[in-house]
Amino acid sequence: MNETTPYILLSALLFSIGAVSVLTRRNAIMIFMSIELMLNAANLAFVAFAKQWGQLDGQLFVFFVMTVAAAEVAVGLALIVAIFRAKKGTDVDDLSAMKN
Amino acid sequence: MGSEFIVFLAVAIVAIGAAVGMALSRNALYSAMFLILNFACVAVLYLLLNAPFLAVAQVTVYTGAIMVLFVFVIMVLGAEKLPAGESRKEMAWQRPLALGLGVLLLIQAAYVVFTRVVSSSATKLIDSSPLAIGKALFGPYLFPFEVASILLLAAMVGAVVLTRKE
Repeated sequence: MNETTPYILLSALLFSIGAVSVLTRRNAIMIFMSIELMLNAANLAFVAFAKQWGQLDGQLFVFFVMTVAAAEVAVGLALIVAIFRAKKGTDVDDLSAMKN
Repeated sequence: MGSEFIVFLAVAIVAIGAAVGMALSRNALYSAMFLILNFACVAVLYLLLNAPFLAVAQVTVYTGAIMVLFVFVIMVLGAEKLPAGESRKEMAWQRPLALGLGVLLLIQAAYVVFTRVVSSSATKLIDSSPLAIGKALFGPYLFPFEVASILLLAAMVGAVVLTRKE
């Protein structure tokens, strides 16, 4: 039990909440927000370990994760808008056009 | 420990409460607001973890740009009301299974954290000012930095193309 352990435990808890939310939610926007929560929990672990080891690289990695998350949200929300126009809803159970 | 740990505990409780509220809320807009609260709490934790640049970037990029985009899309689509009977009858087993798997994941993570504990930690704080971050970004991390800019450009073009009316 050192100084960063509480942060790692909090990160694990937030990640688990996000994972359960991804698995239980049916709305595409809600699933997307839960993924953001999981990314954020991983970022918290990165910063905590950067402090523990006294290195800046963890913080730089978080910077790049933020960049990728921003790109992902822009494209993902554009996809959701396109799906909403075509299907009149964002329920992931209705998106089975490739199955049938 | 001391006062810093008390601040951590208070912020952590708010962050966990906001995350649970996001997961359980029946209104997508309330979920987005809970997520913004969670991101703000994580920004405070970044300050505690000697990362002032990331704390500001968290507020401007996550709560300022990403969540505004979420709220904008939810309001434009009018998709904030999530149906109450969201879980399907034939998938009734899925919710408890997901909860069990989530608890299992948490137990695994806690097990690893407590058994592979490394007692050594850096004694002195590193210089993590925006100046140091900028020097690292344009020094050893120059190539990933440029790739990230191309990625953002591609995402911008992709978003414009995907939402354009024919």
